[in-house]
Parts: sequence; structure tokens; C-alpha cells
Amino acid sequence: MALDAESRSRLSRLLTEHAERLTERWTGLVVASLRGRLSQAELARQVRELHRSMIDALAGGLTDLADEHGGELRAVLSELSRGRARQGFSATETAISVFAIKDALLELIEQDRDAATLRDFLALSALIDQMGLFTFESYVRTRESLIADQAEQLLELSTPVVKLWEGVVAVPLVGTLDSARAQVVMERLLQTLVDTGSPYAIIDITGVPAVDTQVAQHILKTVVAARLMGADCIISGIRPQIAQTIVALGIEFGDIATKASLADALRHVLRLTGVETTSRRARREA
Amino acid sequence: MERVPILKIGDILLVSIQVDMSDQTAVQLQEDLAERIVATGSHGVIIDITALDIVDSFVGRMLSAIASISKVLDAETVVVGMRPAVAITLVELGLSLNGIRTALNVERGMELIAAARADEWHEADGDEDAETTATS
Amino acid sequence: MTAGIDLGMPATQAIRSDEDVVRVRQLVRTTAVAAKLSLVDQTKLVTAASELARNTLIYGGGGAAEVTTIDDGLRRGIRIVFTDQGPGIPDLDLALTDGYTTGGGLGLGLSGARRLVDDFDIRTGVGEGTRVTVTKWSR
Repeated sequence: MALDAESRSRLSRLLTEHAERLTERWTGLVVASLRGRLSQAELARQVRELHRSMIDALAGGLTDLADEHGGELRAVLSELSRGRARQGFSATETAISVFAIKDALLELIEQDRDAATLRDFLALSALIDQMGLFTFESYVRTRESLIADQAEQLLELSTPVVKLWEGVVAVPLVGTLDSARAQVVMERLLQTLVDTGSPYAIIDITGVPAVDTQVAQHILKTVVAARLMGADCIISGIRPQIAQTIVALGIEFGDIATKASLADALRHVLRLTGVETTSRRARREA
Repeated sequence: MERVPILKIGDILLVSIQVDMSDQTAVQLQEDLAERIVATGSHGVIIDITALDIVDSFVGRMLSAIASISKVLDAETVVVGMRPAVAITLVELGLSLNGIRTALNVERGMELIAAARADEWHEADGDEDAETTATS
Repeated sequence: MTAGIDLGMPATQAIRSDEDVVRVRQLVRTTAVAAKLSLVDQTKLVTAASELARNTLIYGGGGAAEVTTIDDGLRRGIRIVFTDQGPGIPDLDLALTDGYTTGGGLGLGLSGARRLVDDFDIRTGVGEGTRVTVTKWSR
């Protein structure tokens, strides 16, 4: 049921004439559905904006929400669903904000038993359905990007790379390491080596309950990559179970330095750098 | 064909690779460097690859060859400035760059060469030294 | 964005010389940046492309690389097809073994490139040339 020019003008007249009553009823329905989690004033503003841009779109010659006259209306709808998604409303609650106009409109034209009015209502109803679907889609997109952002933030939070000493950085890993997280940690560690010019890195896995082959491989690859860049890695805090896993899996740690605790690892690094300087001094003196 | 410039700083040769090298350019660099080491009597070579966004097996092989050649010519080679993404890729590729010394940046590379030279001198007159350290 | 590397529009680079290998790398790099691959994934893909383009030149006697940005509905990816009309590879399993080389290289070209990409497909026959297709997906 497409919107022809006549029904468009009839509809925009209807929407304009009863603007006050319509938006009031519409707002009322939305307020009830959201159970007071958004202020009446805020909702009234949103409803009026939506109402305004519907009239504008109809007056502009809109036949389908996707066409060029629907740009402004689509923008208002995305704005609305983005806001709802960010504030934690459900998809249904978001869609009701749009669909509520149907009820409000129906109450308005109920007395009017004109066939033309009915056809207009049906055509408009199809448009509102499109608007609802569009709202739902932007809601889902927003939620997806929210989830992606949060996952990224979580990764950042859970993987601090700290400077421990001049030329020594450390990553204290806490929690389960999956392959994706291990990869992120390792990339950040290597980047920190470059940024701080630190030739030593300590990977502390005291807080890691278990490792699987993939994660162990990631750690190993990082140590090798760091070496290629001219830095040395020490692994500290290996739990007994993890040591057993590593051996059982047949993973070769080769000549990678492992220490019982972060403190031991730091002492080891300081001794490495310290021994170098004292022996050099000894040589100069001699 | 582009040529990679070789700079002489003190008794160190500094090569900073700034272009995406064709294989020919890489081979040319290897030859040029061997000549410059002999001509200048340098004992250290620093190859700065900070600007390289990839190192494939060909460039990896060239770096290994340069390290071996300079060793024969009594010069120490240090490759500096490898990007993390490049290092991760090399590990995946299976290229270990055996026999190549690496450092995070040019400064560290210079320290490494200085230390290597100092060790060599130390070994040269090691006997007396050993005595003094033993008594001190 | 550079023209011709939009979704579904392949960009082709002939591989006839050393400089063409560099051009393949640059084409793959711009395409990978436009498709928003992570830095590490870009680096892996460009490195793989460099190895395969060199193979095409040295063993295949030249050919072409075709770079396309693709989309499987969930993620973006880059597909590169290397083709040559060279002698083909007689023993594919052997050629895919680490350290195996006939060209005096390190023997990491094919096997290394395979580890750097997500999908790897090779079609070859003696006297029929070689066609290598690799794909890297954005994570």
C-alpha cells in the first residue's frame, strides 16, 4: 500500500491539525511502556521531533522510508534508537516508542468511518512498520558496536603493561588467557618495548589459572619476536599445574628464562644489567 | 634502481633503509656494504629497519648474509628498529634470523657494538687481566 | 580510498620484474588498509604477497596478481590470486615443506606464506602453470 500524493497531504494535514492531542497521547503510551525510566519532558521532546519529521517527510513527497525524502526521518529514528540502546532499554521498548503512534492515531480516527481515511491509515501504518523495523535495526547495530567497544575496553583494562625499572617493563597477566587476549597482550608488550626502549620484559603469569597449547605458543612466539627486536623476555610465576601442562603438552621452552616470582625475575634482570656494569668497571680499573 | 645510502659515523657504518626495496636493491646494498667496510676499515655496521613495514624471506636472507660477510671482514652487525608487527610476522613465517644481533634502536645498537669491541680487546690481553681480577 | 579496490572490484598487477613485486606489495598494503585489517594482519598479508609474487616471477616466469576486497556478510577480507603460465610444480607436498627450495632461497616462500594467511589454495600441474589463492579476514 504505497502513499500517493493525496493521502500524503491528507495525512500530513491530519497529523498537523491534531498535533497537540496526538503527541500527548503518543507520549503517554511511551511513558507507560518505559515505566518512568525516562523523564516525561525528554520523551515529549523526542515524540514531538519524530512527529515533526514525519510531517516534513510526508510533505516532502515520501513514498518509502528508504527513499531520498526519508533522510531526515531516518536520522531522527537512528538517533532515538541509539539513545535507547545506550541507556539499556530493550529492543521492544525501543520499538514501542515508534509503534505507539498507531494506537494514538487509531483513537483519533475511530469515529471517522470514511473509507479514504481507512486507506490512509493503512498506508501510514505500512510506513510506521518500516520505521519500526528501521529502529530495530539501528538498535541492534548500536548494541553490537557497544559490545565490541566493551570487549576492547575489557581487554585494555585486563592487560596493563607497566614500567618496573629503567629498561624493564612487565605484564602481570590475571585471569583466563584465551588466544585473542594473548595476542592483544603480546602485541602491546612488544609495542611498549619500542616506545620505552626497554631491552627487558617480564611476563608474569601468577594470576593465570591455566594455559592451553595455543596460549603457550603465543607466549613462546612473543619471546622469540621480542628477541628478533633486540629485547629479552623472562617468564615468572608459573604455577605447578601450568608447569605440568607445559611438559605434558611437549612445549619446548628452550633457553627462555623462567623465574618463580616477579621479584625473582626483576632481581635476575637487575643482576644481568648490574653484572655487566660492574665487570666493565673492573676491567677499566684493571 | 634505487640505492640505499651508507653513512659513516665514527668507526661505524649506518644504513637506514627508507624505501620499499626491490630484490635488486637489496643485493646491491649487500655488495656496497662489503666494499665500504673494507674501504673505511669500520668495525661496526648498524642497519636501521625502523621504516620497513615488512621483512620477507629475501630481505631476511640479505640481513643474514650481511651479518656473515661483515663478520668475515671483522665488523659487527646489529639490526635495529624492527617493528613489533614485523617481528610477529617473521616468527610466523619461520624466519629466525640466526646469527644476527638485534637492538631496539640505534643508540642501543651502538652500545652493543661498543660492548662487543670491548670484549674482544679484553680477550686479546686476557692473561694479565685475569690475574688482576683474581687478586682484587 | 583508491579507485578500483572497492568491494568486488579486483585490481590487477602484472608481475614481470623485480619492481613489479614491490608494486604488488604496495597494492596489497593500500587494499588491506582500506579494508581495515589490523596492523599485524596487514603485515602478515603483505609479507605473504611478497613471497608469492616473487615465486610467480622466479619460478613461474612472470604472471599477475589480482587483489580483491571481499565480504562474507560477517567480515571483510582480502583475496589475492597469483597466476602464472610457468612449468608448474611437480611435487606439491614437497614444495610446501619448510626449507625445501629449488631457487637457492630459504625455502619458506610457499610454506611460510601459507602460515601467514587464513585460507590458502594452490592449483598446479606440470606444464599448466600455477594458481595460488590466498585470503586474509579481518578479525
